[in-house]
Amino acid sequence: MSEDSATLDAVLVDQSQGNFAYPEDYELDAGRGLGPETLNYISEVKGEDQWIRDFRHRALEIFERKPMPTHWASAELDEIKFQEIRYYLAKGRRPTRSWDEVPEDVKRTFERLGIPERERGFLAGVEAQFDSEAAYSNIKEEFDKLGVIFVNSSEGLREHPEIFRKWFGKVIPSGDNKFAALNSAVFSGGSFIYVPPGVKVKHPLQAYFRINAEQFGQFERTLIIVDEGAEVMYMEGCTAPKFETATLHSAVVELVAMPHAKIQYITVQNWSSNVFNLVTKRGLAHEGAEIRWIDCNIGSRLTMKYPGVIMKGRKARGEVISIALANTGQHQDTGAKMIHAADETTSNIVSKSISIGEGRATYRGQVHIPKHLKGCKNNTECDALLINSHSRTDTYPAITVRGNRHATQHEASVSQVSEEQIFYMRQRGLSEAAAMSLSVNGFVNDLVREFPMEYSVELKRLIDLEMEGSVG
Amino acid sequence: MLFSFGMDCLEIKDLTVAIHGQRILDGLSLVVPKGEVHAIMGPNGSGKSTLAKVLAGHQDYEVVSGQVLMDGQDLLAMEVDERSRAGFFLAFQYPYEIPGVSNANFLREAVRARLGSGEEIDAVSFYKRLYGLMDELGIDRKFTGRSVNEGFSGGEKKRNEILQMAVLEPVYAVLDETDSGLDIDALRVVAEGVNRMRSPHRGFLLITHYQRLLNYIEPDFIHVLAGGKIVRTGGKELALELEETGYDWIKEGALATA
Ligand SMILES: Nc1ncnc2c1ncn2[C@@H]1O[C@H](COP(=O)(O)OP(=O)(O)OP(=O)(O)O)[C@@H](O)[C@H]1O
Ligand SMILES: [Mg+2]
Repeated sequence: MSEDSATLDAVLVDQSQGNFAYPEDYELDAGRGLGPETLNYISEVKGEDQWIRDFRHRALEIFERKPMPTHWASAELDEIKFQEIRYYLAKGRRPTRSWDEVPEDVKRTFERLGIPERERGFLAGVEAQFDSEAAYSNIKEEFDKLGVIFVNSSEGLREHPEIFRKWFGKVIPSGDNKFAALNSAVFSGGSFIYVPPGVKVKHPLQAYFRINAEQFGQFERTLIIVDEGAEVMYMEGCTAPKFETATLHSAVVELVAMPHAKIQYITVQNWSSNVFNLVTKRGLAHEGAEIRWIDCNIGSRLTMKYPGVIMKGRKARGEVISIALANTGQHQDTGAKMIHAADETTSNIVSKSISIGEGRATYRGQVHIPKHLKGCKNNTECDALLINSHSRTDTYPAITVRGNRHATQHEASVSQVSEEQIFYMRQRGLSEAAAMSLSVNGFVNDLVREFPMEYSVELKRLIDLEMEGSVG
Repeated sequence: MLFSFGMDCLEIKDLTVAIHGQRILDGLSLVVPKGEVHAIMGPNGSGKSTLAKVLAGHQDYEVVSGQVLMDGQDLLAMEVDERSRAGFFLAFQYPYEIPGVSNANFLREAVRARLGSGEEIDAVSFYKRLYGLMDELGIDRKFTGRSVNEGFSGGEKKRNEILQMAVLEPVYAVLDETDSGLDIDALRVVAEGVNRMRSPHRGFLLITHYQRLLNYIEPDFIHVLAGGKIVRTGGKELALELEETGYDWIKEGALATA
């Protein structure tokens, strides 16, 4: 086993999952800690232009200046040790860990989740590259014909600067929040997609079609631009738990829907309990355009994620559908941000959270409709399910609606899986865990249907697994 | 009853049950052999549903003393779901709602819970059987897709309990006031459903307030529960008598025999 592959292994695989020890080799990555030299190193490796180097450095300054948002967010944020994090790993390294070395319980989890055979190796860190070359090359050919660009963000920057630069950092400026600034300073990996006018992409684009070691990085940056009347669906993540030692994941995703375009962005992520997942996602919808975020977050020590849509053109539509599941030791702080900036814009938020054991779920919503607009609509529903009395759930809906020419609706509920309900199900022969997971699946059922088939099946199994672990 | 009936019965021996320290059942004994239908009648609050739930294993009730044997197995030592899988069924007086879980899905999970590891349900034959039973019980097939009991009328819930019983084919079934809230036609349909399931390999315990049900499902024995125990046992004519006399006689009678 070469030293560089071992380094990557150490990063991708949680060492607590087995007794592995890996040598660390600082020459092959940016090392630990954050400073201007970290940024220079990344730009050097990627051969970046001056403008992007400047962009990174400006962002770093913002990051350093901005305080932690602990005045409203969880104080747990103070526990992130920024100087102990590795911000970049040189790409192209292949891990040589073999399947036999993957811990049994990890294999079992894949099995239980029904993760396709061909994806397991990649997810377990056995393969750096998801083996989908054949599938991807067919799609690539089709894309070339249609003029669709689907590359990683570095390639996007390099090969398509004219489109990339116009929108990059425009929907989410570096100064948006501390973690968006951090991402802007050290980003690597993520996707760049451009769909030309009128093109309706038939297949959902999946992040792992062209994944490499960098793609699942901690600081992905994704930019999707869908031109007039075009449509695309993008999927990222998977239900398999990610085995990694990296404790900070901070991505930025920017979507641009030109007039009458449609974008659906689907995320399913299952983090281990040591991960801080602090993600900024926002879309800009022009006239008559539609942006939908469908988001499922499971696990993590702390997730902060509030996908948003700025409805900039008349009759634009924004939607956030989210499921959050927090088990003991986990905190899901999620929600949505809907900024109405034109007449007759419509937004819809449906959020469901599940708190198990000591798990904590928080909903934060922001709906903004200024006074000068007319005919705007918002619907917000947030439902929380508590699995036992220690769980905690908070809702902070902030709906600022000025003027009276709008229609808004807000509903919130908190429910418990009642002991009587479980008793009833057990009387029919279901184990306590099976009864729990059936109830929980029932709670999120209508949202799970919004996910593509293979994801919804995996989601169901994942909930089963979580319930099994949480019941005596 | 001081002797044991052995394998082929549900045998309740000297059962005393309390809730929040208050005794509800007080040395109740009753034997339901396979192949027989027994009915329990008794005043409101006498403990009929308590008996049913204790048999099912509800955690709120404290078994102070006594024993329950199902085909010789110690029922009270088993988990709630184990009892079910071993063949005990309770049609609830007030069935619970399970939001978001479809009837078909729930039944499939219940059937799956009875399979050995590696065994899978054959979806086609499962649905065929389910639809057949629904037709017999006059339940619209659309109910497969509706959440369990959610928004069901009182009568629909009761019918749904019988559907679950028919699908799960228990060895011993306790029906807690399944007749209450049923209209006349539904009562007949449900009774026919129960009668179809009568067999030498199955025992029933019907809890009811009305003689009417017993016209359709003829019991082998009728018991009167009062003061925490069975105070009278008789044939089906006892129901007619109770209809006449009500339960006033218990006040003196039960005290006299206590
Ligand atoms: N969970 C409970 N908490 C407090 N008291 C209870 C509980 N369950 C039953 N009881 C009490 O126990 C007694 C018996 O109740 P039970 O429901 O068994 O009566 P029942 O014979 O089924 O009556 P009905 O004919 O009205 O259905 C009642 O006094 C009731 O209030
Ligand atoms: Mg009762």
